[in-house]
Amino acid sequence: MFKLIGKYLITFFNECGKAFTMLHTAAFWLWRAPFEWHEAMRQSVKIGIDSLTVTTLTSVFTGMVLALQGGNTITSVFNEPMYVGTLVGFSLIRELGPVLTAVVVVGRAGAAVTAEIGTMEVTEQIDALYTLGTNPSRQLVLPRMFAFLLTVPLLTLFANFSGIFGGYLVAVYGLGVPPESYLSDITTFMGAGDFMHGFIKSIFFAFMVGTVACYKGLDTRGGAEGVGRSTTVSVVTSMVLILVLDYFLTAILTALRI
Amino acid sequence: MITITGLKKNFGHKQVLKGIDLTFKDGEIVSIIGGSGTGKSTLIKCVMRLIKPAEGKILIDGKDITFVEDEYKLSAVRRSMGYLFQEGALFDSLNVGENVAFGLQYLTDEKPADYKKIVKEKLALVGLKDIEHMRPSELSGGMKKRVALARVLAVSPKYLLYDEPTSGLDPIMSDIISDLILELKNKLGQTSVVITHDIKSAYKISDRIVFLYDGKILMQGTPAEFKKSDNPYVRQFMDGSSRGPIQMKLTND
Ligand SMILES: Nc1ncnc2c1ncn2[C@@H]1O[C@H](COP(=O)(O)OP(=O)(O)O)[C@@H](O)[C@H]1O
Ligand SMILES: [Mg+2]
Repeated sequence: MFKLIGKYLITFFNECGKAFTMLHTAAFWLWRAPFEWHEAMRQSVKIGIDSLTVTTLTSVFTGMVLALQGGNTITSVFNEPMYVGTLVGFSLIRELGPVLTAVVVVGRAGAAVTAEIGTMEVTEQIDALYTLGTNPSRQLVLPRMFAFLLTVPLLTLFANFSGIFGGYLVAVYGLGVPPESYLSDITTFMGAGDFMHGFIKSIFFAFMVGTVACYKGLDTRGGAEGVGRSTTVSVVTSMVLILVLDYFLTAILTALRI
Repeated sequence: MITITGLKKNFGHKQVLKGIDLTFKDGEIVSIIGGSGTGKSTLIKCVMRLIKPAEGKILIDGKDITFVEDEYKLSAVRRSMGYLFQEGALFDSLNVGENVAFGLQYLTDEKPADYKKIVKEKLALVGLKDIEHMRPSELSGGMKKRVALARVLAVSPKYLLYDEPTSGLDPIMSDIISDLILELKNKLGQTSVVITHDIKSAYKISDRIVFLYDGKILMQGTPAEFKKSDNPYVRQFMDGSSRGPIQMKLTND
């Protein structure tokens, strides 16, 4: 039992080490060669558009569910649906906006990035990059890391707004909360700190998702089967890490009073 | 000049190269022949340092690159070499024109305005035309190979490493490619290392043939020496016979 856990831990740290080596090499090339802006923008557009619809759908319905559940619970205690806006706003901006967006991005863009880079690896396209005067750090990793870091916070912002809008629909038309009080519930109780809390999380998620997606792609071995395997591993790893990271970030950020 | 001494490489427990000593002189065409899985691709990948050797020494124009880790130094040495991959390794995300032009921005001083012209020229060299807008997935195996060759030629490197340039091509196209390799040597003095199963082409273009068997060099010499060699291994391979000392494994032990 301990042996098994030990083995998992060793594998985990070994993989972390290799992922950091990849990041280190990427950082090295960031200074040594011009940044591929064109490719970075192309990737940003692709990742953004790929994930936009699903992010919106997920967050609208999450906002609606929060309002419905919260509204009903609050009504059963206080006899009227007070502070629904606060509940929806807080949950979304601090927690669910960043987490749900990251999860959606993993499923849409993270999987696609791992599969694409993995296919390039097993068909020797990665080696071809080296032979043609460039390298995967410069050509693939850096532009994609940039794209994740740019799009995930933006998508999170978007998710927050759509979630609050979903909550508004249920609160106002389903529970009869006056529109002004739904909105003022959000604005009076929420500050820039809450916004920062969510924003910082989304940056960390973006960095982690991008790293895992690129690393698992470059780490692919063994033909088409290998690509399938590393894509699955990439998605599962990112999903788990999002939740683990979310806990620790919440703990740290709250300790720092953000 | 490329000098290889005592080169060894293993994948896990599998010893693939078991001590190779080999020199490629400038302006020379060397063909490497040998059965599938004897480590021909592995050998030239070590020269390009796409693979890190286990032991030995590789000098490219006097620079030792055998165990260099610094990516920057490696990329500097790789600039003098071009590599044709066995399966082409075209970029799926780019069309044919972009594929052929890919190396120009990194390895040459050509102006972007001239890329179109260069692409057309190099594609014409390998007998292709008006396919710039096509995707690699739309091409046949032989066409992919030729586009990949055009991509290597576009950057006109000093050393050219070809991994089976004529496999998958019809006999006439194979001969055209063989002539092209010869012409590159005669006109531009390019050095070529050609892995091939095409014995006819090897006889035609090579200054020297290297016969690899079981991770070692079994024989090297001029085409004339190979033609009259009475080494049973060499004879069996060159004549393409199933009877002889080389027993191909048909089952997995
Ligand atoms: N990346 C690798 N990992 C494990 N084994 C490999 C790898 N590359 C090649 N091999 C093994 O090394 C041997 C030689 O391969 P290769 O150099 O491609 O042969 P050739 O090009 O002569 O057909 C083969 O048995 C192959 O299975
Ligand atoms: Mg091979």
